[in-house]
Amino acid sequence: MSNEATLHGHGEVITTHDVHHDDHDVHHHKETFITKYVFSQDHKMIAKQFLITGMVWAILGGLMSVLFRLQLGYPDATFPWLEDILGKWAKGGKIQPEFYYALVTMHGTVLVFFVLTGGLSGTFANFLIPLQIGARDMASPMLNMLSYWFFWGASVVMISSLFVETGPASGGWTSYPPLSALGDASEGSKTGMDLWLIAMALFVVSSLLGGLNYISTILNMRTKGMSMTRLPLTIWALFFTAVLGVLSFPVLLSGFILLLFDRHGGTSFYLSDIFLTETNKALPNEGGSAILYQHLFWFLGHPEVYIIILPAMGLVSEVMSVNARKPIFGYMAMVGSLFAIAILAFLVWAHHMFVTGLNPFLGSVFVLLTLLIAVPSAIKVFNWLTTLWRGNIRFTPAMLFAIGFVSMFISGGLTGIFLGNSTLDIHLHDTYFVIAHFHIVMGVSGILGMFCGIYHWFPKMYGRYLNNTMAYIHFWVTFAGAYLIFWPMHYEGLAGMPRRYLDYSNWISFNQFGDLNRFISVVAMVVFAVQLLFIFNFFYSIFKGRKVISQNPWQSNTLEWTAPIRPGHGNWPGEIPEVYRWPYDYAKDGRDFIPQTEPIGGNESKH
Amino acid sequence: MAQAIPAGQKWWSGGKSPFNVEYGKLMMWYFLMSDAFTFGAFLISYGSIRFATNGWPDPNEVFKAFPFVPESIHLPLVFVSLMTFILIMSSVTMVLAVAAGHRNDQKGVTKWMIPTIIGGLAFLSCQAWEWTHLHGEGAWWGLNPFLNADGTKATTNFTNFFFTITGFHGFHVFSGVIINIIMLIKNLRGDFAKRGHYLMIEKAGLYWHFVDLVWVFVFTCFYLL
Repeated sequence: MSNEATLHGHGEVITTHDVHHDDHDVHHHKETFITKYVFSQDHKMIAKQFLITGMVWAILGGLMSVLFRLQLGYPDATFPWLEDILGKWAKGGKIQPEFYYALVTMHGTVLVFFVLTGGLSGTFANFLIPLQIGARDMASPMLNMLSYWFFWGASVVMISSLFVETGPASGGWTSYPPLSALGDASEGSKTGMDLWLIAMALFVVSSLLGGLNYISTILNMRTKGMSMTRLPLTIWALFFTAVLGVLSFPVLLSGFILLLFDRHGGTSFYLSDIFLTETNKALPNEGGSAILYQHLFWFLGHPEVYIIILPAMGLVSEVMSVNARKPIFGYMAMVGSLFAIAILAFLVWAHHMFVTGLNPFLGSVFVLLTLLIAVPSAIKVFNWLTTLWRGNIRFTPAMLFAIGFVSMFISGGLTGIFLGNSTLDIHLHDTYFVIAHFHIVMGVSGILGMFCGIYHWFPKMYGRYLNNTMAYIHFWVTFAGAYLIFWPMHYEGLAGMPRRYLDYSNWISFNQFGDLNRFISVVAMVVFAVQLLFIFNFFYSIFKGRKVISQNPWQSNTLEWTAPIRPGHGNWPGEIPEVYRWPYDYAKDGRDFIPQTEPIGGNESKH
Repeated sequence: MAQAIPAGQKWWSGGKSPFNVEYGKLMMWYFLMSDAFTFGAFLISYGSIRFATNGWPDPNEVFKAFPFVPESIHLPLVFVSLMTFILIMSSVTMVLAVAAGHRNDQKGVTKWMIPTIIGGLAFLSCQAWEWTHLHGEGAWWGLNPFLNADGTKATTNFTNFFFTITGFHGFHVFSGVIINIIMLIKNLRGDFAKRGHYLMIEKAGLYWHFVDLVWVFVFTCFYLL
């Protein structure tokens, strides 16, 4: 029984229904430019579309951070060229306060959703799921294509908000009401906020279509022999990520719908009779609760950070095992801890709300649940370290990024223990300590995991290698730079320096950090420049990189390396390979690696 | 569909669907879970705001009108009971359509899809009447003419939530009717007969029952509590 025949219809009606493509004509599709590169239904092309869109976003989002770091590092200086580019937003060569808020808001939104969710999950779930489980494509290539185009639509709307006269949304990436609900309260809460909400709604649809596809593909379309416990950890991670997305994004959507009604329908879901300085009037609203929005937002917002980090964990686990030439340590513990994280992800959202006036007794429950996440996280870290332990490590760029990920995840994870305590959080909330924590544990870790995946699977994507010299420069500058940028922020945060301020030079207590801020800004610019080197490497290598000549360049066990170097739509010519073992048989019985497709030998030892 | 399953079948070992369902049905189930979270979020928001508010209108006082019956005659919750009955009956006819599909009975599917669609349209019409009636009484998003049960002035959140959530549900019913009409047309054209199975009807049925189930919760929250 072929993969698609079994799975695209009920078991008992194999022969009578229409499969979307069958084994024999897979390689003879008539493809036009439009169907191959634009409205492609091939999961590999969709993955590349997500990746390149994500990279465009990453550059934009990174550039925003460079702009506001310029302000933070040099609060007294003026940069006339800024006015040339940004017009009224940088009047007199200084970034205006409204624009500064818009920059931090868009930086957060772009990086969290469009780069580290759309770009990361979208790329690797699409690329790896069918190739690693042994399927010809996603369960529904059509919905998969729509998932990308909704993402594209969301991107267009979000970018268009940058060009609105009143500017893009500027109430923070969390868009808390009442600020976000009241157009009178700030420029960014006018049209920019509506466009932000529309873009995010489109993004939710994209993520839902993608997630449904990932889940049903993983469950239904595994090739013969690919039991769940023979799945590479990448697939497990992407599976839990998809479940998290499917169950948490709808709650965000509900919250946004209520917010839209508050903005335009005269409702009072989040609004009460507060007094607005801008209009010098009290609102007519009554009975709403701004805290309600925070609950709805963080019910997504917290799982969201795991939606970012789980795929990175999966990619790192796989790359680390391949390049340590050792089986991953504690496969089942890795799966179990992913599962535990996925469950706990739904039970900790209120730790973002300790200082909102939340009942302290409720807070203590959330403290307990939050600190529990340290257990599966620590299991994963120890398993990575023990995978490295006495491994025969190949320091490929992907491996360096994988190790960098673990380092960042440990550093950022430890500060999470501080912040998870509601009492400490009173002091640390909304300070640079928080900025440092989540940038290291989620932002930098997530992006390092993504780079790890890109460097490792680029040969499979494009049939060429990335340039190693540029890759090593990219890694070391990014890795060292990330620590240099975010480590000092812990000290600033402990001293009470609040986030989201335009200029700290007016406070004696934060004056002392002027030089440190300048240092951080300089490093941030250097790190940004190195990302441009990566972008160059990426596009240069697509066309001019060293060609891959071996089907399995990393001597890896997983199925994607049994496909041709440049697989067509359908992935494998002829039959889909059958699987006989788990993906981590490295350094076993004196053999360097044993691919999943090799049957178990008679006198093979157990793993 | 019942079929002989060999004993000791390894469901999770790959090469087959572990639940013996095709991907579309699996997606539908996950979609419904996702949608349940959307409605759940709405209803929990409603509950928490209502809990935090001092008074709330009495549904028996608000929902007491019936079409073509003079305003002076109070029929509390009678009309909404009729609406609920219509929606539940359309779920019953949907079950019969799905059952006909299992028998590969093309005519039977047509016979039961038609009343299902009519039931859906009837429900939507009832909802349109109810909304129009309430709007005529001065109720809308941001406007609440109804007093709290204890006679004090109410916040607008009673009507805010009512129109948002029943509207969102009505939108789901509307989508369901559209889906059902497409299914009916496909069935009349013989698409499913040609394909040899009526899985699409089953999936439309899952969605339809879900919409019905959600109504039970919406009904309970807004009319009974």
